Amino acid sequence: MITLQFCYFVAGLAFASFAILSLLDRVNRKRFGNAAFWGLFAASFFFGSYLADWQNGVLVLTLIVLGGCNLLGHGKSETTAAEQRRESATRRGNWLFAPALLVPAIALSGTLLLKQARLGAMPLLDPKNITVISLVLGIVIALAVATVWLKPHPLAPLQEGRRLADMVGWAIVLPQMLASLGAIFALSVVGKAVGEIATRYLPLDKPFEAVVVYCAGMAMFTAIMGNAFAAFPVMTAAIGLPLIVHQFHGNPAIMAAIGMLSGFCGTLTTPMAANFNIVPAALLELPDRNAVIKAQLPTAALMLIGNVLLMEFLVYRF
Amino acid sequence: MLTLLGIAVIVAGFAIRLNPLLVIGAAAFVTGWAAGLPPLAILSAFGKAFNDNRYVSLLWLILPLVGLLERYGLQERARMLIARIRVVTVGRLLLLYFIIRQITASLGLTSLGGHPQMVRPLIAPMAEAAAEKELGVVPDNVRYRIRANAAAADNVALFFGEDIFLAISSILLIKGFLQQSGIIVQPFDLSVWAIPTAVLALFIHGTRVLLLDRRLKREAVRESSRQ
Repeated sequence: MITLQFCYFVAGLAFASFAILSLLDRVNRKRFGNAAFWGLFAASFFFGSYLADWQNGVLVLTLIVLGGCNLLGHGKSETTAAEQRRESATRRGNWLFAPALLVPAIALSGTLLLKQARLGAMPLLDPKNITVISLVLGIVIALAVATVWLKPHPLAPLQEGRRLADMVGWAIVLPQMLASLGAIFALSVVGKAVGEIATRYLPLDKPFEAVVVYCAGMAMFTAIMGNAFAAFPVMTAAIGLPLIVHQFHGNPAIMAAIGMLSGFCGTLTTPMAANFNIVPAALLELPDRNAVIKAQLPTAALMLIGNVLLMEFLVYRF
Repeated sequence: MLTLLGIAVIVAGFAIRLNPLLVIGAAAFVTGWAAGLPPLAILSAFGKAFNDNRYVSLLWLILPLVGLLERYGLQERARMLIARIRVVTVGRLLLLYFIIRQITASLGLTSLGGHPQMVRPLIAPMAEAAAEKELGVVPDNVRYRIRANAAAADNVALFFGEDIFLAISSILLIKGFLQQSGIIVQPFDLSVWAIPTAVLALFIHGTRVLLLDRRLKREAVRESSRQ
């Protein structure tokens, strides 16, 4: 059976190779920093399941120090020049899109079709994590196809991967790090404290006020936590259910659906939602880390107003 | 109330533009400390959570593939494709991508888009090519604005499309939470009520990306007159 553990092993191989290639890259003055960072990340993928919690904690702390204290540099991966790329693009045509599109195609068909596939008595893919595993399979297969077709130098995919990984830098671990912070918040019942403040100090006497506070609270709390999933239970237990549903007899399905979408307005505005807002800024080589957020702010504000009006109009009517 | 100190650390840390990794580390320890956890327990909890969330980072496996295709001219090909289509502008291209992304997300096909696999290799270079076609030389800050808007289109379309799909995790979370509180709703009821917001998002963000064309033209003119 192909499990998540297998995917972690593949990821470990990739990041370990970035570490080794970084170590050999004499152009990069901070190559030891890069090697240590990618190496530790690889170790987390390889051995994380077998380490004690505190050992994983030390590993994370080291990643934070390496990434946070600017100890990573940009390696110099050997790649092609603009002229070669244009020539290759003209010669190979739109087939170049095929491997890129193969990934979602395989990810999708794996999720839909291989759910029932079996190898003897065992399922072929671990059904609990079928989407993620199918995605990884898609990437591996597409990479294999591209390698057979393009016949690059054997190290080229790894060098090119390292080029992009160095470009994104420490932001690569940011989404996972924020997810972990969410766990600490949950452990320390931060959510309840926020809910108490919201209900104690805000006006909630009229149905419309409850809608405004609930939607705006979802957006704000989501912006703080970086994730609407963390905000939803807190705000709904504090305001949505007791006031909008029970006291003012609103429709719970409408309240919940539009409430969650109000939270997404908050996601558009916050660096805490790193994989949506900060990582793309790094991937697109933008000098301003918050450029994507700035492009989204007007939409987020208008959508929040729209969600408040939609909920006010719909929730007490159906 | 003391547990909110961690949130204060985050807000302050991001405000003074400290490295986010340091901010997160500090926030985790302050939050744990305020909740009365001993340091070793915080360290262990953080390590365990990081380990449990490794699947979040698996998407990075796409980097060698994207890098390899870029080596053979993927971005250049995306530009060539757009340069041939006469009616295309940055705004129209992003609107088209927005619509496709929103519809596919509403069918549960969220993995069809995304920043490493679609925006960087395809959508952003296409949008830049559309701008080059219209404006000629594109100044750097205009180029950055185009790229940021390509990423924004992906996010907005995803967020306000995915909840129409029945089996998306946010719908399942809502259903589970309401069920705990003694209210039974069907996923279908929830996804139906996500549709008005989805239409609104298409209207609002669609208008904004179409207005982007004019703004880019203005900025490019201003930039060239400055030189």
